[in-house]
Amino acid sequence: MVEARGVRKSFGRLEVLKGIDLTVGRGEVLCLIGPSGSGKSTFLRCINHLEKIDGGTLAVDGELVGYRQSGYRLHELRDREVCASRALIGMVFQRFNLFPHLSVLDNVMAGPLWVKRAPTGPTKTRAAELLERVGLADKLASYPNQLSGGQQQRVAIARALAMDPKLMLFDEPTSALDPELVGDVLDVMKDLAASGMTMIVVTHEMGFAKEVADTVVFMDNGHVVESGAPGQVLVEPAHERTRSFLAKVL
Amino acid sequence: MSSDTAATPPASSGGVADGRSSMTVVPVRHPWRWMASVGILVLAAMLFNTLVFSHLTRGGTREGRFQWGVVNQYLFDAPIMRGVLVTLELTVIAMAVGVSLGILLAIMRLSANRLLSGAAWLYIWFFRGTPVLVQLTFWYVGISYLYPHLTLGVPFGTALWTFNSTTLITAFVAGALGLSLNEGAYMSEIVRAGIIAVDEGQSEAAASLGMSRSQTLRRIVLPQAMRVIIPPTGNETISMLKTTSLVSAIAVTDLFQATQNVSNANYQVVPLLLVASLWYLFFTSLLTIGQYYVERYYARGASRQLPPTPFQRLTSALRRERPAAPVAPLTEIPWVAPHD
Ligand SMILES: Nc1ncnc2c1ncn2[C@@H]1O[C@H](COP(=O)(O)OP(=O)(O)OP(=O)(O)O)[C@@H](O)[C@H]1O
Ligand SMILES: [Mg+2]
Repeated sequence: MVEARGVRKSFGRLEVLKGIDLTVGRGEVLCLIGPSGSGKSTFLRCINHLEKIDGGTLAVDGELVGYRQSGYRLHELRDREVCASRALIGMVFQRFNLFPHLSVLDNVMAGPLWVKRAPTGPTKTRAAELLERVGLADKLASYPNQLSGGQQQRVAIARALAMDPKLMLFDEPTSALDPELVGDVLDVMKDLAASGMTMIVVTHEMGFAKEVADTVVFMDNGHVVESGAPGQVLVEPAHERTRSFLAKVL
Repeated sequence: MSSDTAATPPASSGGVADGRSSMTVVPVRHPWRWMASVGILVLAAMLFNTLVFSHLTRGGTREGRFQWGVVNQYLFDAPIMRGVLVTLELTVIAMAVGVSLGILLAIMRLSANRLLSGAAWLYIWFFRGTPVLVQLTFWYVGISYLYPHLTLGVPFGTALWTFNSTTLITAFVAGALGLSLNEGAYMSEIVRAGIIAVDEGQSEAAASLGMSRSQTLRRIVLPQAMRVIIPPTGNETISMLKTTSLVSAIAVTDLFQATQNVSNANYQVVPLLLVASLWYLFFTSLLTIGQYYVERYYARGASRQLPPTPFQRLTSALRRERPAAPVAPLTEIPWVAPHD
């Protein structure tokens, strides 16, 4: 589903991604861990083209991100084509980024209604179903700032799911939450993983990674240091760098 | 339990509550507030007296100091009303064009394209850097002096239409044009501030759903920017209503010019200034009320619960209900029993 080969990205003179290789299969859950500043968020943002990569190739579902290949030429995609490819990838942010001027229901309906131009009636039914699925059936008319952080993040997940994405990206979805609210959000994500969604999750929740991930990738300083099954990377890491990181977070 | 015993603690309530209800609460006194209030009341009485009751002898006849009779005579006079209409028309046109132009210029300035943002910057630099009065005069006399004929056609090519500048740009058109173009420069800075104030995460979230840039701007960014844009735009509108009086310098008969025309004929200068002021005050008051409700509308989702409007407060007071508290009380206060 996601293929990264030698992905590079620099901000000015600072090289943030120094050749990332990784593969995520359909229906797999990949957890990305690593110290602050190692480039995890940047890599996620490259996947749905919020950042442009400077080198290597990155493909989602067999299609290059941001380019169309014809023969030996890469054509940059037009804005409209970029939008269309983003619509297939859901993203959940650390700080929720719900639309504060729209009610919870309207937040969830925004994507299908405005991007897919779906009819209002079925969209509303579907949005209400999704909100029920994340445990917020009674909050449809509320505005985001009337909700707790955990509730807001679950709305954000429902909003992303409303677009029927084939891939979900989570960027530290629980690190802005009070500890007692983390569980609800993780439960929703576990459900989603169990339903077969392909997910890339940047997280510091090692328990979640152990339980849900098919692959854990440890990143440091723009490199993939090691990757493998959670039982291997999190329990008996091969690299010293991974070991010292895990010692700090566990 | 009857309502006059409402403050009595229930028999079962505990120590602190009992203690508090059995003691007398002495409120803090504010002697300076009292003295200031008395001072203001005295000044208000003096103002009322001089406005209404005070008289003066002018040219051998004794008359009311403010000649309210004359004011009343001209307040709804037909020429004055025509002036009011012109002032309102100019305000509406200048603000409508100014806001649209402002949004366009703000988007241009925030564009990644250097030519677009440079052009917008230059426009703002020019129109903010010269006085409105100069611009108005320029549109009225300067344009027909520089370009006696205006043509519409292919650039550097054939002309399809040719207009005579003096017939096309009447005094009113020059006034509307000058005020609009000037307002556009100011509005663009207000709009730009509003757009910048919206968190970047909002655009990212919209982009990640697949929204295009224009959709993101229209559906997500501008509605939120409105909260920042509305209050200064209200100011601009109120300011514009009064700035329109400058068009009297280019022979447009607006409200101010209409009152000037009357007082030039009858020498009642002060009463006619009062006529103009009353009309300006009336419309600025209307705008202030309008602004309050527009701001409230765009505060949805920004404040957790909106305070009641003055009107809602009035109706609930008439129904002898307390207005809804802005924030629901966290706990019941134990020593106040509910009215029942
Ligand atoms: N837009 C940007 N411009 C310049 N530098 C940036 C930008 N975005 C990120 N960086 C830099 O890139 C590096 C990696 O950032 P990134 O956000 O990907 O780290 P991260 O692994 O997600 O860290 P964290 O766990 O703290 O979120 C950091 O040094 C950061 O300062
Ligand atoms: Mg990050």
